[in-house]
Amino acid sequence: MSKGRVWKYGDDVNTDVIFPGKYTYQPMEPAEMAEHALEDLDPGFAGSVKPGDIIVAGKNFGCGSSREQAATCLKAAGVAAIVAPSFSRIFFRNAINSGLPVIELAQGTDKIETGDEVEINFEAGTLRHKDSEYRFPALPPEVLAILEDGGLIPHVKKVLGTG
Amino acid sequence: MGMTFAQKVLADKAGLDRVDVGQIVEIEPDICLSHDNTAAIAKTFAKIGVKRVKNPERFVVVLDHTVPASIEKYAQSHKEIRAFVAEQGIHRFFDAGVGICHQVLPEKGFALPGRLILGSDSHTTTYGAFGAFAAGVGRSEMAVLYATSKIWLKTPATFRIVVDGRLAEPVTAKDLILKIIGDIGADGALYRSVEYAGDAVDAMSLASRMVLSNMAIEMGAKNGYCAPDAKTFSFLEQRAETDYVPVFPDPDADYEQTLHFDASALGPQVAKPHTVDHVSPVETVAGTPVQQALLGTCTNGRMEDLRLAAKILEGRKIAAGVRLLVLPASQEILLDALREGLIDTFVKAGAMLLNPGCGPCLGAHQGVLAPGEACISTANRNFKGRMGSPDAEIYLGSPATVAASAVTGVITDPREFF
Ligand code: SF4
Repeated sequence: MSKGRVWKYGDDVNTDVIFPGKYTYQPMEPAEMAEHALEDLDPGFAGSVKPGDIIVAGKNFGCGSSREQAATCLKAAGVAAIVAPSFSRIFFRNAINSGLPVIELAQGTDKIETGDEVEINFEAGTLRHKDSEYRFPALPPEVLAILEDGGLIPHVKKVLGTG
Repeated sequence: MGMTFAQKVLADKAGLDRVDVGQIVEIEPDICLSHDNTAAIAKTFAKIGVKRVKNPERFVVVLDHTVPASIEKYAQSHKEIRAFVAEQGIHRFFDAGVGICHQVLPEKGFALPGRLILGSDSHTTTYGAFGAFAAGVGRSEMAVLYATSKIWLKTPATFRIVVDGRLAEPVTAKDLILKIIGDIGADGALYRSVEYAGDAVDAMSLASRMVLSNMAIEMGAKNGYCAPDAKTFSFLEQRAETDYVPVFPDPDADYEQTLHFDASALGPQVAKPHTVDHVSPVETVAGTPVQQALLGTCTNGRMEDLRLAAKILEGRKIAAGVRLLVLPASQEILLDALREGLIDTFVKAGAMLLNPGCGPCLGAHQGVLAPGEACISTANRNFKGRMGSPDAEIYLGSPATVAASAVTGVITDPREFF
């Protein structure tokens, strides 16, 4: 269960505006990555995002580069989940692998605005916004297991017994 | 019911007779690629607690994104990568200057028909031009591939894109792929495997097919396949590192959609700021001033691209106030271009020659843009801030459009020069 305040963005939010290329090859800890989150899309985001906030966006969120920092920086900024009608496939994987839930919500994202509150029930696969409740498909078990372990690296350590 | 190319490769790698769309399989890729991000991947690998890279012979590392290092942090990363590949026995290591990874892998004979190739770079789709199943993954996934050689993949549905007719010079594969992406959108093939087919694709050089496969990701596709043919086999004859078995889709494969395009009717196309699907015919933006023109990248830095640009630049000068940056995609191409006199043509026209690599493409390194500047580029992305300032504008076009625009100082229809 996750309840949070919404940051709303449009279609095709790409990885360059989430995490600019000029930082991509500079070694950085996640906390520093968070300072650059959405820098070229919404310069006010990084300074005022609160832990538990939720990003709601249009289709094809995270298109572009394979840079994992695009997911890591949002996770480190405290974002609890990203909700969109569709995600680019590499971003989708990177988010799950960073332990950041991504929710493919076919309907309803256009009704949600910045500052609204939404409540997500991951087990039930429902998102509540004002008086409406929307359903989203459950993740396949292979993918859910990664998310539940907090991301790919902790998951693999568990599987390999190296943790 | 027959299987698509993607189904056949994934079934083969998973050791199954058949896989269906949506089915998740665990596979071991034949080749895994990483580049300057290997420094970060190596650090993540260390956290897993596995000491040795499993199957180091399956990994290829190419330094290309920030070469030669322009700041100390890059130099340090490169140094760590050199130490990592030496320690882990990754012999397929190509140091700064050899070329852009997506050019180097084909040149060295690693991108082979029927192979499954994953890279921690979104344009890994390029190898689809050689009949490989090739897709991008993230850094953590590459670290896990170092540790286990294994990854899960979901079997995608397939779009068949059939291109009839013939492209007429100076219209190129770049104009065609921009047209396709403009028509179907940045998410038009999201999560799909794309199979390119038709007379226009059959008639194309491998370099042109690489443009189609390279930019498959810009419409969201997981891979972009061209059926290997005599041209593919002859390119690979002296290069392929091993024998290979080409994989073709079954004639009765089940396609989610078949899309048709006509190459004969096509004119030069340009993607306008700030999305790759914001495409229109070059005439509609003709006259827009540019301060920089970029010829190169993994999309259009090959010999046919340089030759086409040289046809326009031969005996001419670039406009005052324009910087023309030329980056051959690899050392091999640089040498060929030198031998053919193309570099001579470019430099005499007033161009700056940069070393093979990604250069200005990703804004991390050389040739960045100031606020208010505009660039016409042969690269594959024009996202806001991609080449430096978020207040700069990037237009994407073919090598001919870039050369013509460099000569006039404004975006120009290259047909004026033919
Ligand atoms: S040339 Fe550009 S698109 Fe190609 S690999 Fe390099 S940075 Fe990526």
